[in-house]
Amino acid sequence: MSSLQARTFTRPIGTAVNHAARLELLENYLSYQEDILRCAQMSLEWLARHAGVKQSACLAVDAESSMLVGIAAYGVVGDDIELFSWPLSDAYDPLVGALQAERPVQFRSYRPNGHAAQASPSPLGRGPFTAIPLGLRTSGVAEHEDLAPGLLLLRAPAITDDIQWLVTVLGQKIDQVRGRGSLAEEARKLRRERTLFFTIINAVTDPIMLTDIDGRLIVANARAEKLFAASEEESEGRRRAVELNNMLFSAALSRSAVEGTPEARELLLVDPSDGSDLLFEVLSTSVEDPREGTGVVSVLRNITDLRRATEQIEENYQKLRVAEAAVRAERDRLNLIIDSVADPIIVTDATGATVLMNAPAEDLFTVVPGASEAASRTVQANDAHFSSFISGLLLGETGPGEIRRGEIGLMNPATAEPIPVEAIAGKVLTETGELTAVVTILHDRREALERARLYEQLKAASDELQARVQAATAELATQNELLRRQAIELEQASRLKSQFLANMSHEFRTPLNAILGYTHMLLQGVAGDLLPGVKRQLQRIDSNGRHLMTIINEILDITRIEAGKMPMQLSEFNLNELVPEVMTELDPVITRSKLTVVPRLWLDLPPVYSDRQKVKQIIVNLLSNALKFTHEGGIQITVGYNEAERTAGVAVADTGIGISPENHEKIFEDFRQVDDSPSRQYGGTGLGLAICRRLATALGGRITLESTMGVGSTFTLTIPLETEQ
Amino acid sequence: MTKPDAPLILVVDDYQDAREMYAEYLQFSGFRVAEARNGNEAVAQAFSLRPDLILMDLSLPGMDGWEATRVLKADERTKHIPVVALTGHALAGASEGARKAGCDSFVTKPCLPDDLVVEVRRMLETVKKA
Repeated sequence: MSSLQARTFTRPIGTAVNHAARLELLENYLSYQEDILRCAQMSLEWLARHAGVKQSACLAVDAESSMLVGIAAYGVVGDDIELFSWPLSDAYDPLVGALQAERPVQFRSYRPNGHAAQASPSPLGRGPFTAIPLGLRTSGVAEHEDLAPGLLLLRAPAITDDIQWLVTVLGQKIDQVRGRGSLAEEARKLRRERTLFFTIINAVTDPIMLTDIDGRLIVANARAEKLFAASEEESEGRRRAVELNNMLFSAALSRSAVEGTPEARELLLVDPSDGSDLLFEVLSTSVEDPREGTGVVSVLRNITDLRRATEQIEENYQKLRVAEAAVRAERDRLNLIIDSVADPIIVTDATGATVLMNAPAEDLFTVVPGASEAASRTVQANDAHFSSFISGLLLGETGPGEIRRGEIGLMNPATAEPIPVEAIAGKVLTETGELTAVVTILHDRREALERARLYEQLKAASDELQARVQAATAELATQNELLRRQAIELEQASRLKSQFLANMSHEFRTPLNAILGYTHMLLQGVAGDLLPGVKRQLQRIDSNGRHLMTIINEILDITRIEAGKMPMQLSEFNLNELVPEVMTELDPVITRSKLTVVPRLWLDLPPVYSDRQKVKQIIVNLLSNALKFTHEGGIQITVGYNEAERTAGVAVADTGIGISPENHEKIFEDFRQVDDSPSRQYGGTGLGLAICRRLATALGGRITLESTMGVGSTFTLTIPLETEQ
Repeated sequence: MTKPDAPLILVVDDYQDAREMYAEYLQFSGFRVAEARNGNEAVAQAFSLRPDLILMDLSLPGMDGWEATRVLKADERTKHIPVVALTGHALAGASEGARKAGCDSFVTKPCLPDDLVVEVRRMLETVKKA
């Protein structure tokens, strides 16, 4: 069945009346109603309500066309009953046959007798039904001779009195109406009108419907039916959607009734076919019908797309506003940036008129309300300077993208302070190359000028400094050259001194050799025995000669060391052996001093590789000194060894007069004794310790001193186990 | 008092006091002694006398001690004779120069006659053993 087909729906009647009253009600209705189709429809509905007949149809004989036509149906699914018609000429058709029957005819399953091709279709669809000729009385006697005016087809468990009664009443009505004219014509006319009506309302794409005031459908066009009606066979989802739509519509109607607003209302419904939302505008008008009572005609206009469009417009508008806000924010930000630039910025249009300037620019080019005459004039002057600068750019003296630079002498209107500025102007062009604006930045040159001035000062100072440094350097070079020459001269002098001393010592030694030699020979008795006095005198000569020789040797040693001509004789030996040797050599002196000299040797001392003669010379010297400066007590000669440092040493400790701390270094200097006075108590050249220290240094070692005045002194020689050549 | 077979020592020194002092003491100590005042005399004496040992002062007028020693050590007749150098120059290099010239020993002046005799005896012993 086409979904575009409109249908009339039953209208339930809620009023409770008794049975007799109901019969009378129908009879009255039928007697006043001239429309046979309405009569038939009403009758079927009455049957359904009062006789429990759920499926029924009414057929009538159209005498003019000799056709049996459908005029009403109830509870029938299928083709519209009004389209049903069948020729009466087919005498074998069971329905045509039933017209002549005197009692209800049972149809088990409607089958035309042997004329299957031409059999009329069952207006009630498949299944057994009963056909009752209209006008049949309860007595079973037909009022008319031949054909009944029509048939009532129904499916009912039994043919009750109510049914019989209705058949009679309806039959009479049809007869009555038929007597006044052609039933068929009436029916056809009505049918055309109905068809036209439904065609018209179906042609409207908006859902149109007539409902009762509770929203229940009476008449609906195809579009409305699609939204609000669903048969049992249709899907669950669609039925639910329809149910929901009915509820929504009823609610809308009742709201409308409560508020009494006739104007358009919006109603959101569900499309039963795809479940999407459909927005409608509902125009409802209340109609009064004398028979049907109060109803509501509603026209729904689909405004879903309209709403979407509206929403789209709204959304676009919002976007526009956001964009506008962003632009405004951007502009504010730019303004902030421009204002925060310390240099004045001025934007002028193509005619030279100022479009925009930042705060620093305003200070220069705008007159503050209440400003002095002078300030106003200054602003005018500034303006004039700026305009003449900018006019060059506007007159096209520079090409596109170029920047014009220039210096302008402006003045601060507030302080009348001159402000030399460097103006930098650039053109702002449109895409088509038209000049829209000129942006000028004025850079205060005072700082740059001040900086340049300072730079000049600094440069002058720097130059002066450089000149001084150069002069000083030259002086230094001269001094260095002088020093170098002096050093050479000194070196030469030193060499000459050494040579002189070496020569002198040689010249000393030759006569001394003879003096000592002859004295020695005499003492040896080469010239015979000597008188005791002579021998003593010869011994004095010998003693003083030897002393002189010692002095000469020491001077020679110093000379040799200074000239770097002290030969090193490196060999392996044991320090423990040297101590007794030294003691033996100095035995006469030790004996004479009456001091005890105690040697302390180091067991398991490893051998040292050094100059044996030099080491011995040092120890002899140290011991001689100790003997010379000690009057009572004793002397210890201790051999030491330091495995970690790989050094060995000899310490000579005495109980002598001691040396004050300030003299600890002094005594190692050349020709020095603590007492330098001519009347000094102790003899000697004062070269001994100087030589010892130099020798120790030459051997890679050192001599250290610990001493306390009046208690004694300890001189320690420390040398490496192996001396490098 | 000097034995005829006692070793002959040639004392070369230009300084008369020293030369005679050593000569006298060597004789006193039992040696035979010959004297020369310079290098030329020393070489001539050495060739003619063939001494057992030569005491050679290095600083000599004319041919000096080094040169004389070189001449003697270069001659087959005298090269076996030990030469003990005597010098007042104690600077480094002096003894090395003496050894290079061919001196067998080196004594620094001042040297007591007694010490010299000890050295002479030591050198003669060394030669005898060789």
